[in-house]
Amino acid sequence: MAVKDTINNAFSCWMGDGPESDVVISSRVRVARNLVNLPFPHLLTSGKGEEVIKLVERAIEKESLKEKIGFLELIRLGELVPLERKILVEKHLISPDILKDYQRAAVVLRSDEIISLMVNEEDHLRIQCFLPGLQLHEARKLVDCLDGELEKTLPYAFDEKLGYLTTCPTNVGTGMRASLMVHLPGLVMVNQIKDMVTNVTKLGLTVRGLYGEGTEAYGNLFQLSNQVTLGKSEEDIITNLIFITRQIINQERIARQALFKERREQLEDRVGRAYGILKHAHVISSAEALRLLSDLRLGIVMQIIKNIPACLVMELILHTRPVFLVKITGKEMSSFIRDVYRAKLVREKLSQAEKI
Amino acid sequence: MMCERCEQRLANVFVTEIINDHKRSLHLCEQCAREIQLESHGFVPQLNLPVFFASLLGNEINLPSAEQPLADGDNKCENCGLTEKQFLKNGLLGCGACYEYFHARLEPVLRRVHGTTQHKGKVPGINKTYLKKIRKVEDLKTKLQEAVRNEDFEQATQLRDTIKELERKPEPEGG
Repeated sequence: MAVKDTINNAFSCWMGDGPESDVVISSRVRVARNLVNLPFPHLLTSGKGEEVIKLVERAIEKESLKEKIGFLELIRLGELVPLERKILVEKHLISPDILKDYQRAAVVLRSDEIISLMVNEEDHLRIQCFLPGLQLHEARKLVDCLDGELEKTLPYAFDEKLGYLTTCPTNVGTGMRASLMVHLPGLVMVNQIKDMVTNVTKLGLTVRGLYGEGTEAYGNLFQLSNQVTLGKSEEDIITNLIFITRQIINQERIARQALFKERREQLEDRVGRAYGILKHAHVISSAEALRLLSDLRLGIVMQIIKNIPACLVMELILHTRPVFLVKITGKEMSSFIRDVYRAKLVREKLSQAEKI
Repeated sequence: MMCERCEQRLANVFVTEIINDHKRSLHLCEQCAREIQLESHGFVPQLNLPVFFASLLGNEINLPSAEQPLADGDNKCENCGLTEKQFLKNGLLGCGACYEYFHARLEPVLRRVHGTTQHKGKVPGINKTYLKKIRKVEDLKTKLQEAVRNEDFEQATQLRDTIKELERKPEPEGG
C-alpha cells in the first residue's frame, strides 16, 4: 500500500532540488472546493461524511483523470493508527485541523506525494500540490488539472459573484492558498528578519515561522503565503507572491555574500561547529537540532561543506521530529531518551551520506 | 510536584490550554513546556481565524450586534439549518446556500477583508461561457463610462451598441 510507504519514509519529493533551492525549499498550492447541496463538513453526520468520501472515491477512478494525473489512492483516516496520522501531518499531507474529526475524513495521495487531497477537512475538498524549489506556477497547473477533472463528476458550490464557496468566508473566491517555504538564515544573522516580516505583511502576504511560536522560527524556516482570495485571479495572486519572494531571495543572497566576505571565519566556524556537533553529539534536543541543521544547510548551499546533499537536511529535520522518532523506535519515550535517539539517528545518517 | 510529562524534573510552569471549549491543565517543568510549544505544528493558526472573523461579523457598525438577529425569530439557512447565532459564534457557514441567507452580514465584512466582493479567478467549466459574457459586459460598461467622461461620444455609441447586442443575445450555444 502506497500510503504505508509514505508513512515509513521521511523523505518526500518536495525536499529534493528545484529552482532557487538555495533559499526556497518548496512551493505549495492548495484550493478549497465544496460540493453543492451537501452541508459543509462541520455539519456533516458521519453517514453524510462517508457519502462525500464515496463521491470522491468514484471521481478518482475515472479513466480520464487517471490518464492526466495518474493513480490516486484514497485512505480513510480512521483506518490509520494515531501515529500514522501524525506523520502525515508532519509531512504536510494533511493539516493538524483534520485530526479533530478524523473519523469522517480521508486523504487521497499520489505515490510521489506531489499531489494530495484532503476530504472533509474544513471544506469537502482541499486539493494540494507540493513541488521542490520555486515552482508555484507549475504547482498551480497541476492543481488546476486535477480540479478540472474532479469537477466533471463533482458539482461544486460556486457563485457567479463570490466565486468558489468555502466553509470559512475568508477563503471565498479563488479558495486558493499559495505558499512558499523559505530558508532565511542570512537575514536572521544580519538582523533583518523583523523588517522583512513587517514589509511583506504590508504587501498582502502572511509570514510565519514553520516551527516555533510567534516571531521565533526554529531552523530559520519561514512560510510565505497570500492573504486575499477574492477579487484577484489565481495567476495574479501567484505572480504577486513570486514577485515579492524574488526580492526576499535577493536580500537573503546579499546577506549571505556579505557574511561570507566580511565575517568569513566566523561563518565557516559556525557551520563547521554545527556539522561537528551533529556528527558527534550523543544527546540533542529538538530545538538544538533544528538550529544546527539550519547552519549545516547554509554551509552546504554556500559550498563550505561539500560532501552532504542539501536535501538530506530537510529529511533530517523531519526525521528528528518527535513523531518520527516514536515511529522508528516503536515506543513512546521520555524527552531525554528521545534526545538520545535523535542524536544517534543524525550521526548515522550523516556518516552514511559521507560514504556515498 | 514533579513534571507531569517527563516525571523527572520539578514542575515550575503551569499551562492551561483551551481547545474547542475543552480545558486542560498541566504542571510542567520548564524544558517540557518549551518542548510542547515546539511540538505544536507550525500550521496551527495562532488565533483561530474563523472565530476572529465571526467577531468582525457581529460588530459591523451598521448592523445589529450578534445578540440581535437580523430577522425576527430564529433566522436560519433553510437549506442546512445553520442559524445566524451559530454562524456568528464560530464564523463558519453551513452550506453554499448560507451565502445567500447571510448575505447582509457577509457583504460588508468580505468587502473589508478582501477589498472587493467580485470574484475574478477561475470558473468551473459549466459556468464558463455565461460568466465570460457577464464579465465582458461589465468590462465594456466601465469603458463606456470612461468614454463618456472623456466626451468621446463616437466610441461611447459604439460601446453602448455592443453592450446592448451582448445583453440581447440569448444564452450562448453550449461549451
